[in-house]
Amino acid sequence: ESLSTPSNTPETTRGMVQDPTQFDVLVMPNLYGDILSDLCAGLIGGLGVTPSGNIGANGVAIFESVHGTAPDIAGLDLANPTALLLSGVMMLRHMGLHDHAHKIQKACFDTIREKKVLTKDLGGNSKCSEFTADICRRVQDLD
Amino acid sequence: MAAHGAVLSLCRFIKPFGGGRLGNTVKVFGTTLTSHRNKSGLNPPPAKYGGRHTVTLIPGDGIGPELLNHVREVFRFSCVPVDFEVVHVNSALETDDDMNNAITAIRRNGVALKGNIETKHTLPASVKSRNNVLRTSLDLYANVMHCQSLPGVQTRHKNIDIMIIRENTEGEYSSLEHESVSGVVESLKIITRNNSLRIAEYAFQLARDKGRRRVTAVHKANIMKLGDGLFLQCCKEVASGYPDITFDSMIVDNTTMQLVSKPQQFDVMVMPNLYGNVVSNVCAGLVGGPGLVPGANYGRDYAVFETATRNTGKSIAGRNIANPTALLLASCMMLDHLELNDHATSIRNAVLTTMNETRLHTADIGGQGTTLEVVQSIMRIIQSKGQLTSEF
Repeated sequence: ESLSTPSNTPETTRGMVQDPTQFDVLVMPNLYGDILSDLCAGLIGGLGVTPSGNIGANGVAIFESVHGTAPDIAGLDLANPTALLLSGVMMLRHMGLHDHAHKIQKACFDTIREKKVLTKDLGGNSKCSEFTADICRRVQDLD
Repeated sequence: MAAHGAVLSLCRFIKPFGGGRLGNTVKVFGTTLTSHRNKSGLNPPPAKYGGRHTVTLIPGDGIGPELLNHVREVFRFSCVPVDFEVVHVNSALETDDDMNNAITAIRRNGVALKGNIETKHTLPASVKSRNNVLRTSLDLYANVMHCQSLPGVQTRHKNIDIMIIRENTEGEYSSLEHESVSGVVESLKIITRNNSLRIAEYAFQLARDKGRRRVTAVHKANIMKLGDGLFLQCCKEVASGYPDITFDSMIVDNTTMQLVSKPQQFDVMVMPNLYGNVVSNVCAGLVGGPGLVPGANYGRDYAVFETATRNTGKSIAGRNIANPTALLLASCMMLDHLELNDHATSIRNAVLTTMNETRLHTADIGGQGTTLEVVQSIMRIIQSKGQLTSEF
C-alpha cells in the first residue's frame, strides 16, 4: 500500500521510481507523456527494448522504436531489434492479428529470458541475425 | 575586516569577465561571496532579545502540524535559541488575508519553516496555489535540494549525491492561463533572461562553494526553442565565468531516463520550474522517498525551509506514522542559515544516527517505528552526546 498516493505529475514520477507496479494505464498531455515515457523506458531497460505507437483518427497509425539511429553500428549486424520488433507486435494487435502478435512476443521474451543469444547492449555477444534466428526458431516451434 | 577585503579582491577578479551585468551580480551576491556558508547572499536577521532568533512557523496541512511540533520539541530539548512565531494559513479560504499575514511575518523575521499548504483543485482558477504565492511574493528564486543516499535506507541505487537547483518563481508556474475560445486553453510559460541568469549564477556559485565539479542544465530547448533556448543560453553565459566547473546540458526526458538507470553520473543540476519539480521528485524517490529529503527556498532577502517534495501527506496525518526526518533536516538547514552550526550539527547527527545506525525507521522506508519513537530516539542521542539539554 502506497502511503502517499500521487495526485499530480511530479508525485507520479516519484511513485514511479519507488513502486512502478502500482500503475496500470496512464493518460496525460504531451510534455508529461514525453517525460514519463522516457522515465518508464529507463525502468525496463532503456530505449533499445521499448516499443511505441502513434494512433490517429480512423485507425491510421504509425508504430516505431524511439531510440536513436546509431550510425556507428549501422550495417554491422550488431543492433538490437527488440524495440522495433515489439513495435511491430503492437502493430499486429492494432490490425487484429492477435495470434501472430502473441507468438512473436512470446518468442522474443523467451529468447531474452534465456540469455543465450543476446546482443551487446543486453550484455551478450551475439549478432543481430543470430538473435533474430533464435526468435524465428521459437516461433516455428510454437506453431 | 577580512570579509570586506575578500569581496574587494573578488571584485577585482570578476570585473575582467564582463563589466556591466556581472558587476550587478557582484553587488547582489557580494555578501554570498564573503560567507561560504550563507547561500542566499543575506546576512541572517539580527538576533533579538539576548541572542534568540525569531522564526516564522507555518504549520500547513496534513502531517505538517504534527511534524513541526516534533521539531519544536527537539529544539526545546536541545535549548536552541530560536523562538517560533506561528502563523496559520487556512487552505480552504478563498481570501488572501491569512497568506498576507504569513508573508508579512516572514518579511519581519527573514526566515521561515513551513509544512506544505494544500492547494485545493476545487477552488476557482483565479485562486493561486498558496505555496506559489509565498515563493513569488518573497522572490524566493532558488529552490535547493540535496539528494544523498543514506546508508541505512534500502534503495535500488546507491551512492547518489545530487544537488538540484530549481528556478522557483517563473516558468510553467506563472499561473497565466486563458480560454479565449471555449474548450481551448492557452497557458503561458514565462522564461526571462534576468531570472535565468540569476538562477544559473546561483547554481554555479553554489557548486564552487561546495567544491562540486559539474553543473548540468536540464531543458527541452529542441521543442521550446525560445523559452528553454533562452534558459540554456543564459546558463552557457554564466558557465563561461566559471572555467573551473564543467558545464553540460541534457534534455529533460533523457534526464529522467538516466536518473532511473544511472543516477551516479549527476553532480549539480539546474533547471526551470516544472522540470525542477519533476526531477526533484524522481531523485527523492531514488534515495528513499519524500519523508527523507529537506528542501530550502532562498531569495535575496528571505529564506524558507520545508520538505523537498511538497506533500501534505493528508492520508497519514494524525496517525503517528509520518517520517519526521525531512522536516528535522530542513530545520537543521535553517539553523545553519542562522549560523547556529553547532546545534544544526548536533541534531543532524542524531537524525542520521537514528536512521543509519540505530536503524529505527518509519513505515514509508520499510520500518515499523512510530513518529514519536523516532523523535525520542533522536532526543536520546542528542542528550547522550553530552550537550546542554533541558529536562523534559
